[in-house]
Amino acid sequence: MCGVIGLLIKDRDLEAHLGRMLVSMIAALAERGPDSSGIAVYSEASEDDPSALRALPTLGISLGSDEAVEWDDVAEWASANFDRSVTQVLDSGARIDLPETMADALVASIDVTWPAVRVLGTGRVMTVVKDTGWPVDICRRHRIASWAGHMAIAHTRMATESAVTVLHSHPFVPGPDLCVVHNGSFSNHASVRRHLQAEGVRFETDNDSEVAARLLARRLAAGDELDEASRWVMKEMDGFFTLVVGTSTGMSVVRDAFACKPAVVAETGSYVAVASEYRALAELPDIGEARVFEPQPAEVYTWSR
Amino acid sequence: MTADDPQVGAFPMLDHPVPQPANASFPPSTIERIHDMAESGIYPIRGLGARRLVPNFDDLVFLTASVSRYPLEGYRERCETRTVLGGRHGAQPLELEIPITIAGMSFGALSAAAKFALGRAATSVGTSTTTGDGGMTAEERKASSLLVYQVLPSRYGFDPADLRQADAVEIVVGQGAKPGGGGMLLGQKVSDRVAHMRTLPPGIDQRSASRHPDWVGPDDLRIKIEELREATEWRVPIYVKVGATRVEYDVKLAVAAGADVVVVDGMQGGTAATQDVFIEHAGIPTLPAVRLASQALADIGKADEVQLIISGGIRSGADVAKALALGADAVSIGVAALMALGCNRSSYPTDDGHLVDATDDYRALGTLPGQCVHCHTGQCPVGITTQDPTLESRLVPDMGARRVANYLRAITMEVTALARACGKSDVHHLEPEDLAALTIEAAAMAQVPLAGTDWIPGFRSDP
Amino acid sequence: MVTLNCDALSVRDVNQTLRLLPSGASCLVTNPMGRHNLVVGLTEELDVTVAGNAGYFVGGLGGRGDGTGPTITVDGFVGWSVGENLMGGAIRVCGSASQSAGSSARGGMIMVEGSASLRAGISLKGATLAVAGDVGPMTGFMAQSGTILVGGNAGHGLGDSLYEAVIYVAGTISTLGADAIVEELVDDDVLAVKRLVEATGFDHIDPAQVTKVVSARGLYHFSAEHSGSY
Repeated sequence: MCGVIGLLIKDRDLEAHLGRMLVSMIAALAERGPDSSGIAVYSEASEDDPSALRALPTLGISLGSDEAVEWDDVAEWASANFDRSVTQVLDSGARIDLPETMADALVASIDVTWPAVRVLGTGRVMTVVKDTGWPVDICRRHRIASWAGHMAIAHTRMATESAVTVLHSHPFVPGPDLCVVHNGSFSNHASVRRHLQAEGVRFETDNDSEVAARLLARRLAAGDELDEASRWVMKEMDGFFTLVVGTSTGMSVVRDAFACKPAVVAETGSYVAVASEYRALAELPDIGEARVFEPQPAEVYTWSR
Repeated sequence: MTADDPQVGAFPMLDHPVPQPANASFPPSTIERIHDMAESGIYPIRGLGARRLVPNFDDLVFLTASVSRYPLEGYRERCETRTVLGGRHGAQPLELEIPITIAGMSFGALSAAAKFALGRAATSVGTSTTTGDGGMTAEERKASSLLVYQVLPSRYGFDPADLRQADAVEIVVGQGAKPGGGGMLLGQKVSDRVAHMRTLPPGIDQRSASRHPDWVGPDDLRIKIEELREATEWRVPIYVKVGATRVEYDVKLAVAAGADVVVVDGMQGGTAATQDVFIEHAGIPTLPAVRLASQALADIGKADEVQLIISGGIRSGADVAKALALGADAVSIGVAALMALGCNRSSYPTDDGHLVDATDDYRALGTLPGQCVHCHTGQCPVGITTQDPTLESRLVPDMGARRVANYLRAITMEVTALARACGKSDVHHLEPEDLAALTIEAAAMAQVPLAGTDWIPGFRSDP
Repeated sequence: MVTLNCDALSVRDVNQTLRLLPSGASCLVTNPMGRHNLVVGLTEELDVTVAGNAGYFVGGLGGRGDGTGPTITVDGFVGWSVGENLMGGAIRVCGSASQSAGSSARGGMIMVEGSASLRAGISLKGATLAVAGDVGPMTGFMAQSGTILVGGNAGHGLGDSLYEAVIYVAGTISTLGADAIVEELVDDDVLAVKRLVEATGFDHIDPAQVTKVVSARGLYHFSAEHSGSY
C-alpha cells in the first residue's frame, strides 16, 4: 500500500541535483501511494548558510500540520521567543534551527501555543516534510526539486484510515536524524508495541510502521550499529516488509524472509538508490550503467557516506 | 442403596442412573472429534459453511407499514429489482434482473451437471453465475448468459481465452469459509477431466496456495487489476472478493487498488472442502460484515461508484432484503443454491420425474439428509458435489435448473414483499432505518437500534 | 516495422495498437522506462521488441492454447511476473527478471539471459522457463508441469511443493524445498536439456552435467506424517 524510496549521494557534485532526482522517483511511485507523501532530506549546513550556528550544536525541528497554519506567524513567534532560532518557512511547514539545549523547550512551547502544529522530526542535518494529497503536487508545492543534500528518504502512501493525516504518514522519526519508511504489513506490531510501551517508549500514532521505527531507535540508543539494529528489527517484526532507514551517517534496506514486498536497488559510483519499483529508478543519471539488483530476503544492506 | 436401607427414607427409588448435566465443554461431538484426530493424526475436513449459531440476519426485523409509512400493493405497484454492477471505470456493467447472483463454486467441487444447471437457472431469471477454483467449462459458458470469471491464488485452469469470454472478472483474495486458506480438492474428486483442467495428476489431494503467485498487497493488486483490464480491453468490470476479516480496511484498499465491485463473504460462507477449524473459527459473520463494508464505501465517498455484493449464509428473501437494507447492492448465494438444486434432499429424481430414496447413501457417508456436510468425499448422493458419473447422473440438469430458478424467483418475491411493505418501489431503496434488532449483539453488529429502544450499542466515535 | 513510443502513448494505447497488427508484423516499443503491463494479452504471432527496461507482467496472459503467440524481446530487465500465465509464444529478457518470472505459465517459453529473482516459475503449469544465470529462493514453488532450466545457481527452497514439473540446475542448489528430491539424469533428460540449450543459446550449460530436481510425491496424499511440511 505504499512506495518507499532511499537515495544516497556519493559524489558531492551530484548533491545539488538531489531534489530533482528525488522528485522523479516520487512521481514514479505516486500511483502506488496516492494519498500522502513524506520526505526527509539530509543536508550538511554550508559555510554560507546563515542558519549555521557553528559555535554551538544545533538542532533543526521540522514542523507540519493537517490544518492551514500561518507559518509566517509561527516564524515570527519563534524569533520573538527563541532569539537564537532561525526559521525557514516552507509551503505547508517550517523548519526551526536553534541550539540543541533549547530544543525541548521549543517543542513544549509549540505544543501549548500552536496546537495545530505537529513536530515531524528533529535532526541536525535532516529536514522533514509531510503532507497529504497527490505526491507530485506535494513535491511541487514544497519545491522539492530545488533541494540539495547528500541523502533523502521518502514515502508515498495508500491510506486506509478515512482521515489521512500528516501524523500517520511516513517517515517515522523516532530520534534525531533517524527516519524509517515502510512498505508491507506487520502481523505482530500490537504485541511489540505493548512490549516497548512497558519499557517506557511513547508512541505518537497507532500506526504499525511506527512500532518498527521505535524498535530500531531503541536498539540504536542501546549502542547497536545501524546494521545490527536493522537485523534486530528484521528478527523481531513478523510479517511482510521492506524498510528503508536513514541516519546521519547512512542508509539501510531491510527485507523480511518471505520478500513479498518489492524492492530494487541501483548503485553507481555516484549514488545508491532504492525504490519499490524499477520505474522509480528509470530516470536517474547513468542508470544504464548502474548495477541494479534486488535485496535478498532476510538480509540487511547498509551504505554509509 | 436398597428399599430396606433405613437411611433412604422418603428419597425416591431409582432403578436407573441419575441423568448427569450435559458436558457443554466436551459434548459428544467434541469427544468424537478428539478421538478421530488421535486415530488419524489429521484435522477434520468437510463442506458447507459454519454450523454453529452466530449472530445473523434472523436477529433483525423489518419495520414495515404503519400509520406513517404506506405500503405498496403487490403485483400492480411495481417494485423494481433491477441491479447494475461494475460501471465504475467505463466497462460494460452487468445488468441483472434481480439483486441475487450465484457465487463462485468450482467445477471439480461441483459436477459439470450442477454447474450447467446453475447456469441455466441464472439465465432464466436474469442473473449471473461465477466460475470457481478450477476454471471455466464450456458447458458453463454456454449455459450462463452472464458469467463472472474468478482469478484465484491457485490459477488452476486459468485461461486468457476464457478470460476474454467472461462478462466480469472476480479477483479472489479470500472467501468467508476460509479467509487466508487456499482451495482444497481431495483425490477422490480429482477425476481425469478435473485433473486435466487443473494440470494435476489425477487422484491426488490438491494442495493450494493461499497467496496469489504474481502479486501481494493492495499496491501491487492495483497493477494486477490493470493487467486484467489490458487483457480484456477494458471492457469488463473487475470485482475484488474478500473473506470478512478486516472488512473496513479491505474494502477501502480494494477500492484504492481499482475495484469496480467489492464482494465481501461472511464467515457463514460455504465451501466444498476445507478444515473445519477454518469454517468455524475464521472470519466475522455476514451481519457485521455488510454494515462495515457499506460504511467503508460511504466513508471514502464511493458508495455511488463502487457496488457491494455480500455473501455468506444467505438463505431467504428476508436475508437478501436485510442485506440490501444494510447497504449491499446485491447478494451472492452458494450453499442455498445447491440446496435448491437438491443438496440434503432425501431423494433424487429419475429422468421421468420418479423419485428415488437416497437415505441409505447418506447413511453410508455417516450422515442423514438434512445433516450432510460431506461434499469433500465426492460421494454426494444427489450428484451435486461429485465427479462420479453414476452419482452425477442423479442430477438431471433441466430439472435442477428449474428448481434453482423457482427458488430464486421465490426469494425475490419475498424481497419485494418486504420492500413493498416498507413503502419501497425499488428494493435498493431499503435502508438501515427500516430495521430493528432483536438482540444486543445484532444491534451492535448491524448498527441498528434494539427494538423498543433507540439504543445502538458499541457505536464507534469518529477516530 | 511499427514503432510505438511510450513517451507519446499510454500503455493502453500501446497494447491496443499491438492488438490491431496482423500476424507476422514487427513492432518496436521504445522508452518503456519500467512501465507495467506492456504487451499484455497478445495472441497474434507478432515480433515485438521492447527497447529498454520494463515493469510488471510483460507479455502476461499472452498467446493461445495451441502454443502459438507473439515473440517478445525485452532489451533490458523486467519487473515481477514476466510472462504471467503465458499460453504460447516466446519471451526473451536480455537482462534480469524480478520475482515470479513465468508465474503460472502454461505454454510457450520464457528465457532470461540474466538472472531471475525469488519464486521463478512459481505455479508453473506447462511452459518452459530458462534462466541463463541464477535463480532466487523458492524457485519452482508449487510448479505443476513444465520445465525450469537454470544455467547458474539456485537459491533456497528449490522446488518446494513440486508437482510434476522438472527442474534442471547447472550450478549449485542452496537447499531443496519440501518434497523436492534430486534424481539421476536419464538419456531423455540430457536430450531435453540439449534441445533447450539449442533453443535458447545458453551454451554455457552442459546437458550431461545438470542436476535434476523432481517431486518425491510424498505430499500427494494428505497424511499426518507430513504435517511438518504443510
